[in-house]
Amino acid sequence: MRRELLKFLFFAVLILAAPLVFSGGYLMNVLVFVGINTMLAVALNLLLGYAGQISLGHAGFFGIGAYLSGILTATYGWNAWLAMPLAALVVGTLAGLIGFPILKLKGHYLAMATLGLGIIIYIVFNETVDLTGGPSGLSGIPNLSIGSLVFDNDFKNYYLIWTFGLAVVLFCVNLAGSRVGRALRAVNDSEVAARVMGVNARILKVQVFALSAVISSLAGSLYAHTMTFVSPASFGFNFSVELLTMVVIGGLGSVYGSFLGAALLTLLPELLRGAQDYDIIIYGGLLMSMVMFMPGGLVRGLPELFRRVARRREGAGNA
Amino acid sequence: MKGNSLPMKGREFLRKKRTPMQLEQILQYSFSGLSTGAIYALIGIGFSIIFNATGIINFAQGEFVMLGGMLTLFFLELLQLPLWAAVPCAVAVSALAGILFERLAIRPLRQPTPINLVIITIAGSILIRGLAMLLWGKDTHAIPPFSGDEPISIAGATILPQHIWILAITVLIIAVNKFFFYHTISGKAMRACSYNRRAASLVGIDVRRMVLLSFIISSVLGSLAGIIVAPLTMTAYDVGIMLGLKGFCAAIIGGMSSGMATVVGGLILGVLESLGAGLISSGYKDAIAFIILLLILFIRPQGLFGKAESERV
Repeated sequence: MRRELLKFLFFAVLILAAPLVFSGGYLMNVLVFVGINTMLAVALNLLLGYAGQISLGHAGFFGIGAYLSGILTATYGWNAWLAMPLAALVVGTLAGLIGFPILKLKGHYLAMATLGLGIIIYIVFNETVDLTGGPSGLSGIPNLSIGSLVFDNDFKNYYLIWTFGLAVVLFCVNLAGSRVGRALRAVNDSEVAARVMGVNARILKVQVFALSAVISSLAGSLYAHTMTFVSPASFGFNFSVELLTMVVIGGLGSVYGSFLGAALLTLLPELLRGAQDYDIIIYGGLLMSMVMFMPGGLVRGLPELFRRVARRREGAGNA
Repeated sequence: MKGNSLPMKGREFLRKKRTPMQLEQILQYSFSGLSTGAIYALIGIGFSIIFNATGIINFAQGEFVMLGGMLTLFFLELLQLPLWAAVPCAVAVSALAGILFERLAIRPLRQPTPINLVIITIAGSILIRGLAMLLWGKDTHAIPPFSGDEPISIAGATILPQHIWILAITVLIIAVNKFFFYHTISGKAMRACSYNRRAASLVGIDVRRMVLLSFIISSVLGSLAGIIVAPLTMTAYDVGIMLGLKGFCAAIIGGMSSGMATVVGGLILGVLESLGAGLISSGYKDAIAFIILLLILFIRPQGLFGKAESERV
């Protein structure tokens, strides 16, 4: 456990010190999104990497969080700090209720059902024009603020988002090392064996599904207040797939892997400016080659690759 | 027979209730629903064939539908082929894409767990969609109808010749499909695989060849569906997602059968969707399919017509 804590402290220092190097400019803005996407990827990884349950509808939970926060603050003038937990509560309840029937399904069926759920949510965003503004979106969402400190620029937002981001990372690292984390992995390996060992697999799966949705909703609220504008296009099926790609590229069942995946996929479009139309192919290619050649993701695949290269070099030296 | 009795009843109904608009509309929606339903059925059968042979839900199924439409357009416009030549060319290229997909993505997979298979087929679908976008751009295109667009009036509802083409071709494909699975050696071998892969390989069936064959057949079915629907709904590089998902919905209603149950599932879905769009709200049209999908998965995962099966561990 101490090792985990040291790892986390190292990570936290790295994150908190990053603005000293990259301060100002457009990169800060991108790093804010790395923070939001890290929260989302870590949340999905809890479900997919630890419990072994796929979801292709997480963009929907992200979206509900964003829209609820946005509507409550922009349209009804609520305090943002009040709207955020309420949105999380609503999303958590929704995920808990739908979790019971949906998590009875396995594998491909679960993937299709969560995908369907995500698309239904997306359609609702588009069609409830009175509430959400429909396809043209909802604007005028206020920034978060504490007293007179208003989080209205990238620098302030970076620290705001990453405070939440680091909290989520710490929470998930802790959870993974706890009894619950071990139970989740047991369910992943064999649900029957886990049940024999006294794990209530059904309830546990629903709980982790709801927890994962709550974190996604939180990320959604933060997204809404940072962007001050939300539109359905950000919460469609493509974004669910992007989240899945982040988790798979980083490595299933690795919290820091999810950060790596999120960082890579958020920075990638920036590196590929000018070649924007190619990004869809690059996502597809990355996802496919990761599953085929590096099923453990970057966190496990890269060290193995280094070892193999080193060994080959050694072999060449000897010959 | 049904087609003959319906209009008669319709006319009587009209006289009594004096709501001609309403009834004509319902007929109209049902007709167009049946033809989209036929498309869903074809795509759904493609899903089922692969699922029965391999246990894989091919998330890239919809992309073959897109390939059918886009390739036909490509052969028609850029190579200036006539329609009768463009269609087989498009189907052949789609089948080739199906073969490549199975060989390059599915077969080399080292850990074919359900999650990895879901991810790899999603990745494949993104890749195919991306390549199509690069090759043909993001524009929406129309394919000319097979035989003009002079509407035909039936009992107050008008249908297009293309609707008849769709229904006729679908019936033909289903008949060929039935013949293949019940009266040819390869078809019977594939059915054997779907009952029990190990037992099939023990009696000398090359299971891997059957897997490849299932991908070929379902990419052919998918591309044909894409070709016959393109004159009605237009085609673009991204039409595959929705069509694929609705085809899957049809297959789920039919309990993943590669026969009549999925056809009926597709038709039910098409008609419900069309009626819902017309009578309730067109914005929620796509949601109808997914609500049905979720309800069926929650309540009757064995399909609308299947018998309940005890859970095997």
